[in-house]
Amino acid sequence: MSDIIVPQSDVKLCTRNVNLYYGENHALKDINLDIKTNKITAFIGPSGCGKSTYLKSLNRMNDLVPDCKITGQFLLDGEDIYADGVDTNVLRRRIGMVFQKPNPFPMSIYDNIAYGPRVHGIKSKAKLDRIVEESLIGAAVFDEVKDRLHKSALSLSGGQQQRICIARAIAVQPEVILMDEPTSALDPVSTLKIEELMNTLKEKYTVAIVTHNMQQATRISDFTAFFLVGEMVEYAPTDELFSRPKDKRTEDYITGRFG
Amino acid sequence: MRETFEHKLGKLNNDLIRMGGMIEEAIASSITALRDSDAELAQKVVDGDRQVDEEEKNIESQCLSIILREQPVAKDLRKVSAALKMVTDMERIADNAADIAEISLTADVSTIMHIVKEIQTMSEKVIIMVSHSIDSFVTTDMELANETIKADDEVDELFISIRNRIVELIKSEHCSGEVAVDALMIVKYLERIADHAVNICEWVEFFKTGEYKNTRII
Repeated sequence: MSDIIVPQSDVKLCTRNVNLYYGENHALKDINLDIKTNKITAFIGPSGCGKSTYLKSLNRMNDLVPDCKITGQFLLDGEDIYADGVDTNVLRRRIGMVFQKPNPFPMSIYDNIAYGPRVHGIKSKAKLDRIVEESLIGAAVFDEVKDRLHKSALSLSGGQQQRICIARAIAVQPEVILMDEPTSALDPVSTLKIEELMNTLKEKYTVAIVTHNMQQATRISDFTAFFLVGEMVEYAPTDELFSRPKDKRTEDYITGRFG
Repeated sequence: MRETFEHKLGKLNNDLIRMGGMIEEAIASSITALRDSDAELAQKVVDGDRQVDEEEKNIESQCLSIILREQPVAKDLRKVSAALKMVTDMERIADNAADIAEISLTADVSTIMHIVKEIQTMSEKVIIMVSHSIDSFVTTDMELANETIKADDEVDELFISIRNRIVELIKSEHCSGEVAVDALMIVKYLERIADHAVNICEWVEFFKTGEYKNTRII
């Protein structure tokens, strides 16, 4: 393609004409979406609408899926993340991910957080100590675990484990954090802690989140995109999408009059 | 889908219509009481204001309960928030009707009502405005809301011409100063009622378009 897309300064991730196929299944259809810098963007839609598929394609998690074909452009600060020669390890350092179920490694809290920095070559203990502490503070879990950094991360509660996973994601100083239903397995108090945390995370990082909880999307996100059967139906500032959606399908879904 | 919620929204609509009926009747009765010097009818309007206050509380509590339990969004959010705002104007309208009725309890202004026939005309226009403002909300009829907003200009003109007429009557000593002041209060109350009807129509605009007085408020 000859046309060059000039990245806008407030756009962190720009996706153009994205189509994704799982074999015959056309899972994403012509998605055009700009994810803005230092904002929280929420993806909502019914199960199977493509929102998680889209999120995963943003750090090439679908590369591992057999029969998955992706076309279109994914530009991180204007650079194509699917270009030949892009090292996915480097890409995933820049674009981190937090999953639905907390998945700390079966090792100590400290080692969970230090894992990424070590992989990326940091060996100095003093430096690692500092990264671990800063990451745990950044994920609002430091005070709860500072006295047992060398205990297994699996001994923590679900909410704490999820914040450990967020700490692990930010330990490698990413630019974007992708979250796939990060609170759906958590109790309301842990959920609120993560939501509060997201508000502080966006000061440093760009956040994209898939959520089934529309109230959560209205509480935390700056922008919301509504997906339906592989299409992105509507994308707008959250207040606008939830108060005066333009598309009837969005209106029907968010007001619970869908299907 | 969401049958309970639909039921709640339907009930809210019905209660707004019922309250609308109550306030239209209050205005009409207050004017009839003036014209016919009917103290009993006037007292009924004054007493009836308490029922309107109760209805206002009932509607407010329905709206708050819907917000709490149903977390409405999009047009549902606009509907419930518009209802919550306009119910205040509806209650004020009933207050103004009661104020008019109270005048006929303390003074006999029937003569001036007969001399200045425009007061009757003005009250009829105002009742139609109130009725249309609530209808336009219930049926989401933006055209009717806009017509009602425009009708306020006629009411304002009537107010000025009636006011001038009353001034003339005082000058020509066709009525006492006391009666004249009461008559002026009555038309001022009617003019205020028309303004409240306009406010209601502006919330209809918000419900329909998400804009309030041509400005986005969310």
